[in-house]
Amino acid sequence: MGFFPRSSLGRLVVVIVSVTGLFACRPGDESATEGATQAGNLSVITVNYPLSYFSERIGGDAVEVNFPAPSDEDPVFWTPNAATIRAYQEADVILLNGASYAKWAARATLPQGKLVDTSSGFRDRYIAVADAVTHSHGPEGEHSHTGTAFTTWLDLRLAIEHANSIQDEFAQLRPTESVRFEKGFASLKNDLLELDGKLDQVFSQVGDDPVLGSHPVYQYLMRRYGLNLKSVYFEPDAAPSDAQWVKLRALLVTHPAKRMLWEAKPLPETASKLTALGVESIVFSPCGNRPASGDFLSVMRANLKNVQLAFMD
Amino acid sequence: MRDVVYLAWRYLAYNRFKTAILVASITLIFYLPIGLQVLVSQSADRLTARASATPLLVGTKGSPLELVLNSLYFESETPELMTYSEIERVARDGLADPIPLHARFRVRGFPIVGTTLDYFQFRDLRVAQGEQMAILGECVLGHVAARELGVTPGSSVTSSPETAFDLAGVYPLRMRVAGVLEPSDSPDDRAVFVDLKTAWVIEGRGHGHQDLSGPEANSAVLSQDEKNVVGNASVVEYQEITPTNAASFHFHGDRSTYPLTAVIAVPRDEKAGVILRGYYESETESAQIVRPDFVMEELLETVLAVQRYVVAAFVVVGFSTLATSFLVFVLSLRLRRREIETMIKIGGSRKRVAALMATEIALVVLFSLVLGAFLTALTAWFGAEAIRAFLVS
Repeated sequence: MGFFPRSSLGRLVVVIVSVTGLFACRPGDESATEGATQAGNLSVITVNYPLSYFSERIGGDAVEVNFPAPSDEDPVFWTPNAATIRAYQEADVILLNGASYAKWAARATLPQGKLVDTSSGFRDRYIAVADAVTHSHGPEGEHSHTGTAFTTWLDLRLAIEHANSIQDEFAQLRPTESVRFEKGFASLKNDLLELDGKLDQVFSQVGDDPVLGSHPVYQYLMRRYGLNLKSVYFEPDAAPSDAQWVKLRALLVTHPAKRMLWEAKPLPETASKLTALGVESIVFSPCGNRPASGDFLSVMRANLKNVQLAFMD
Repeated sequence: MRDVVYLAWRYLAYNRFKTAILVASITLIFYLPIGLQVLVSQSADRLTARASATPLLVGTKGSPLELVLNSLYFESETPELMTYSEIERVARDGLADPIPLHARFRVRGFPIVGTTLDYFQFRDLRVAQGEQMAILGECVLGHVAARELGVTPGSSVTSSPETAFDLAGVYPLRMRVAGVLEPSDSPDDRAVFVDLKTAWVIEGRGHGHQDLSGPEANSAVLSQDEKNVVGNASVVEYQEITPTNAASFHFHGDRSTYPLTAVIAVPRDEKAGVILRGYYESETESAQIVRPDFVMEELLETVLAVQRYVVAAFVVVGFSTLATSFLVFVLSLRLRRREIETMIKIGGSRKRVAALMATEIALVVLFSLVLGAFLTALTAWFGAEAIRAFLVS
């Protein structure tokens, strides 16, 4: 006896069942796809490491976090290639920092429904970059290219708001896991508040003493802790030019700082020259990219230790 | 019986002119009302299917039909433009997911549709060759557009100026073809899809140009101070977005004021849709929200009303044509009296001769039916497309 029934009625039943099955299994079936996605982990992709760290802490095992920027690039200036952008397109949720961070996103084709600007809740507290250059040409008149300071998470209270936005998004996408997300967020918030309190304690002792920043990335830190900080454009891995030293000396006349915050440990000769000028080098890493060892919290704790040693002597 | 059919066939073949006229007349009697019915019902199905699959459309107040035809079929005149801020309004309170549309420009007659990736998910469009667009200046083509334009992934297409003499208007933008979509048997097959931001670049809202701060741009700089560089008209603007110049592309002004032709609103549920429609009820409202299925039904009601008159006319004409045909047959019998008498004299029975005459009539009717069925089938295959083209032209 063959697999298929020989009678006409039997054939008809087979055809109906096959066609019904075919439609039930077609690839575009929303209920099937939705079910599969619901069952799997939430796929999250971010534009910088702090958001990646916050997502891991909040989501735990329920999320798969991907931060594709190479470790030797500054994510704020990194531009992903088309293949990496397609990886962003495939994720369930794309976490943006906002505050003009990752400008490439404005030139990429990303699914609007998956984009989450984690700083949209505090747009009114963005810090505008004052010294940006504008240009104008053609009939459109002047073009404003003023920017926004982007290392928002260095104000740890704003970092908590980033994290809160992430928690809200996760809970919306996976309501069944909302309790886990709440716990993850609460734990992260505690850690960040503790750090914030300790940094506040340290920086409150600095008072109005002038401080230098090696690069203009400490705007939010400066505002949160009331630092009297001015920045130069020194790179930790490059020796400053003569012109840069001249500018620094001129700045020191009006802003006689004794300490300079660095994103990473400066070259020994740069540090020596600064010491000769009476300026101590202190590493305070913004941790925009994944650290070689440790995580965001351990880097921030190391930053705290560095400033404690420098400012509480 | 075969001899009767043979003789009938020979008679019809000999009098081919008369036979052709009779077949044509009777064919039209059958075909016109049935073909029209097929045409209208098929067109209605196709037009309403796409309209029904689009829950709500938001556009600037004006002709709802123009808005629907432009947004669903990418044909008709470009409706008055609206601003991108409408997106936030549609998404307000999480009532609906907005999908922006910018369908104003063309590539050699094929519509450039600026939208987001959500559109592809919404219409269930999948990439058959190549990949989905990823960066500014890339496009994905419907399979008909790709075939007609003769492009494949990796090649490029250029947007057409709005008018031949539009020297000061939008610049043509050369766009890289990232992929070609699977056939969808819809207007999407003829579209050139780009990211909304790419459509804005074509419109001139965003652009890329040489770095005015570098020494090589000195000849393009009109004046310069510490914070501002003023360029002159010779600033080189890029006509193609490549990996090397992509970073120089930027947009000016408030993005919420950028233009859209429409927004597809996909409400969370029926109630959300009703609430959203309520937002646009005000008399002073400058935007309108329409249900495309209602708009198309209104259009089809007009078409169906016309169809009913036309069918009634066809029925009247059909009766008169049938009466004329009957007269032709009767007169033909009288003219053929000597021929019939000859057939009887040479031994043909009256019954046999009557069968011969009846077979001639039956063959004419049969030919007419076959021809009518063929024309109806042609109408079913191509009619819907023809009427769609007619409606949107």
